[in-house]
Amino acid sequence: MELLKAYCKDFWRYRFLLYNLVGRDFKLKYRRSILGVVWSVLNPLLMNVVMVIVFSTIMDMRSGGISNFSVYLIIGQLLFNFFNEATSVAMGSVLGSATLLRKVYIPKYIFPLEKVCFSLVNCLFSFIALIIVMIFTRAPLHLTVPLALYPLLTLFVFSLGIGLVLATLAVFFRDVMHLWGVFTTALMYFSAIFYDPMGLAPSAAVSFLQRFISFNPIYWYITAFRGAVLDGRLLTGSELLVCGGCALVALAVGLVVFRKQQDKFVLHM
Amino acid sequence: MNMIEINNVSMRFNLAREKSESLKEYFLQMIHGKLQFDEFYALRNVSFNVEKGDFFGLIGLNGSGKSTLLKVISGVYKPTEGSTKVHGSIAPLIELGAGFDMDLTARENIYLNGTVLGFTPKYIDEKFDEIVEFSELRDFLDVPLKNYSSGMVARIGFAIATITQPDVLIADEILSVGDFLFQQKCEARMNELLAKGTTVILVSHSIQQIERNCNKVAWLEKGHLKMVGDTATVCEQYKQTHRE
Repeated sequence: MELLKAYCKDFWRYRFLLYNLVGRDFKLKYRRSILGVVWSVLNPLLMNVVMVIVFSTIMDMRSGGISNFSVYLIIGQLLFNFFNEATSVAMGSVLGSATLLRKVYIPKYIFPLEKVCFSLVNCLFSFIALIIVMIFTRAPLHLTVPLALYPLLTLFVFSLGIGLVLATLAVFFRDVMHLWGVFTTALMYFSAIFYDPMGLAPSAAVSFLQRFISFNPIYWYITAFRGAVLDGRLLTGSELLVCGGCALVALAVGLVVFRKQQDKFVLHM
Repeated sequence: MNMIEINNVSMRFNLAREKSESLKEYFLQMIHGKLQFDEFYALRNVSFNVEKGDFFGLIGLNGSGKSTLLKVISGVYKPTEGSTKVHGSIAPLIELGAGFDMDLTARENIYLNGTVLGFTPKYIDEKFDEIVEFSELRDFLDVPLKNYSSGMVARIGFAIATITQPDVLIADEILSVGDFLFQQKCEARMNELLAKGTTVILVSHSIQQIERNCNKVAWLEKGHLKMVGDTATVCEQYKQTHRE
């Protein structure tokens, strides 16, 4: 409790720094590109078109009983990309701020936190792409859409927790940075982004996949989000529990690991 | 009143020779039992106090631990043994412009660096003109910092760090980059802060600068505190030792 209080006090003192760092990343990301921030929307939109063409015409995956494949797909893409981007940039954030950390005292968790916030801002912009796809495919607007905030916010907390652990590991072992890329690629195939594991024709492999995939938190976040936006249903009890629980556990582990090691960071950079 | 208390501080570094940066190396070294580091003490059992209102000088040759001590005081390093205590706010000038992003313009950097030091945007708004005035770089405000010379970067950095009235100002050889006019200006600003009650710690290789400004001096040699006392005595001894 004392720990949490100290974190909050620090956070309040450095909230403007957080804001300015996010602003800096945003400016630098789009500096000198003509379309600028429009790319945040255009990029997922174009990716979605490519994947819809690949999976629905060439590989014909529509038959899995998914009513609106484009929306189904883009929700998976957006949430997975958020997790992927947030954790990857948070991982390098402490190392990337080595020059600063060696000269001035700043609470070090600001850096992973800032990167995850920055990814969230990007993700929010790219939701415009989701709206465009929904309008384009005439998807009905359900009253349950605001419920999608729950999986989004818990995913944010979850990513922050994982990001803190990765940032700590990356300071001591640079290998993690390479390994994580491979891991997230594998994870992507087990997050049901472009297929519905529950709608596949039953077989031994499929039932294994169904069991296996329920251990993937990302799958839960995406499913809950789809439930609220696409299917217009309330979140189930197990969705509430798994999304919130994973987020809290990840954050707790992240904070403990990070805090335990942070005094040694400057000696390893 | 003691502003800074340094109690028996030691700072140990593991030299990089056998530092394992990959998992494989780490485990290989662990199996072979080679996972030991060359230890190096940058500071050993250093204790002294700085009183409120002191203009405190730190002298010593290269590698004597001056910068490490400043970093311990400002909280960048956590000492291996011992403890430090600082009563009040610190403005660290360990390296001018440390928090700058070279791709951003000077204007953007003033806000970024100001918040690094814990100021609010509103406060920076109020002091913005004063900062620009002091650094004399009004014409270059919207130029990315990578196009600045090191002296220009130092001007901005010093101006930002000293707009507030910190309780403790830590300055590490920052005055060596600017031209002599700017050095005079910085010294004047430091004395102005001092008059208003700020405690200043200054590291410099220019013994004249120390003699001119400081009222107390600590002399570090190879991580040990060799002498601490009033400026005249310590500087005299220092000069005698290094003349031979």
